[in-house]
Amino acid sequence: MTGINLHGIWAIYRFEMARTLRTLWQSVATPVITTSLYFIVFGGAIGSKIDAIGDVNYGSFLVPGLIMLTLLTQSISNASIGIYFPKFTGTIFELLSAPISAIELVVGYVGAAATKSVVIGLIILITSAFFVDLRIDHPVAMIAFLVLTSVAFSMFGFIIGVWAKGFEQLSFVPALLITPLTFLGGAFYSIDMLPEPWRTVSLFNPVVYLVSGFRWSFFGAGDVSVGWSLGVTGFFLLLCLGLIVAIFRTGYRLKN
Amino acid sequence: MQSILSVSQVSKTYASGQKALEHVDLEIRRGEIFALLGPNGAGKTTLISIICGIVTPSSGTILVDGHNAIRHPREARSRIGLVPQELSVDMFETVAATMRFSRGLFGKAPDKAHTEQVLRDLSLWDKRDAKIMELSGGMKRRVLIAKALSHEPDILFLDEPTAGVDVSLRRDMWKLIGSLRARGVTIILTTHYIEEAEEMADRVGVINKGQLLLVEDKAALMKKLGKREMDLSLVEPLSEVPAGLEEWHLSLEDEGHRLRYVFDAQAERTGIPSLLRKLGELGIAFKDLDTSKSSLEDIFVDLVEKR
Repeated sequence: MTGINLHGIWAIYRFEMARTLRTLWQSVATPVITTSLYFIVFGGAIGSKIDAIGDVNYGSFLVPGLIMLTLLTQSISNASIGIYFPKFTGTIFELLSAPISAIELVVGYVGAAATKSVVIGLIILITSAFFVDLRIDHPVAMIAFLVLTSVAFSMFGFIIGVWAKGFEQLSFVPALLITPLTFLGGAFYSIDMLPEPWRTVSLFNPVVYLVSGFRWSFFGAGDVSVGWSLGVTGFFLLLCLGLIVAIFRTGYRLKN
Repeated sequence: MQSILSVSQVSKTYASGQKALEHVDLEIRRGEIFALLGPNGAGKTTLISIICGIVTPSSGTILVDGHNAIRHPREARSRIGLVPQELSVDMFETVAATMRFSRGLFGKAPDKAHTEQVLRDLSLWDKRDAKIMELSGGMKRRVLIAKALSHEPDILFLDEPTAGVDVSLRRDMWKLIGSLRARGVTIILTTHYIEEAEEMADRVGVINKGQLLLVEDKAALMKKLGKREMDLSLVEPLSEVPAGLEEWHLSLEDEGHRLRYVFDAQAERTGIPSLLRKLGELGIAFKDLDTSKSSLEDIFVDLVEKR
């Protein structure tokens, strides 16, 4: 057998998607309800007291930020549990003994986790249309950012899943790193609204670039230029890819 | 005959500094049943895990049907099926789905006929749509075997296949292994139940403290190392071995009720007729006579303790 183990990739992808479908209610209903609550509280109740940002009213302004917030946390938790669980139950022996390369394994796991994130992102987008007026200036770029971010953060999640030695560590990074970075990354405001030095400090937060680029695809304007956004997203993607290659080269926390 | 699996100079030292294997050489013949015997912690599972690609060896090479398992893992691994010792299964999956997953993982297109055949052979066909978590321990072990056979491997590794399995399932398992061998599958099993090796294996390897002590044809091994015993149940108990019987090195057992003679099964002259004559001369009467062969277990214990 040579070439690519397509059956193997498909088997993993299907297995992971089946896992999602088993918990369909939790997978889909939770983000929908959570974002609806955000729209009611921030968009409706508080948002009506907030001025429009640029020419975009606050409710609409929230949409890209909320999608991004969910995308990051969902991608990480999906992919990390996907690879952590076989480690936990011991079924990883089969993955390690199978004639499947590291890249094929990652394509299966990350592909499935990213698919789920993109679907959830689109569901939130549709849900938001019930609450606010939606405007998408660059739909192709919007989809590209959605997919790229999902893939990058699913890879990041995969790395966390390999690294984690317990369920506690599994939720450590999303809760203590990603959620704060997203809240401080302009998900709910434009960083132009921040006083100095916080505005400059924010520019060191990679999530700012992700949210900004995504927001640009909706309203044609963001906190930073779209080129920077694309660059940071691409850089993060390559960084995660490099880490994954290193993990499999050395067998780090997968093999003795 | 070309061997299907060739392990040479494989050593493994874990990060903790524990030496699990030291310079292991092993050739497995095509189509044989090979039993790897050893006490717990001897290195059996480490050796299997290295061959299957789950553990990276510190040094040494492994050829699977001529393919280097480390440099060309894809070719090597697609020929191997592994049934691990632990009952590691996806609890939420159904039996049929988990088998389809395994087959796909090993790069094969779905084959309903083959899947059905394997499930029927393992008496799992009726359970194909059951979730694995609903199955008993013995059933889960069969599911693991079904997964390992899903991609039609040439070599099947069974790591302690009958640990914690009831007697009837153990018999079933032995029957299954026999039928796999008939189909040309090479089988390597580890066990610490000597009975299992004695029942099934063509050849036996004994491993202890990371070293392969011997590899031998089972029958030859038992012949070579096998001793036979003859027990005579006496009518009158004796307090000591009577004078005149020194040349047979007899021992008294069971508080003087039995006289035991240990002899080499291979020797041309066993010394039995002359012993019986001598006993008659001395007037020592016996009511029963019993001979027994030493089992693989005796040989094994002898070997492991000697080193």
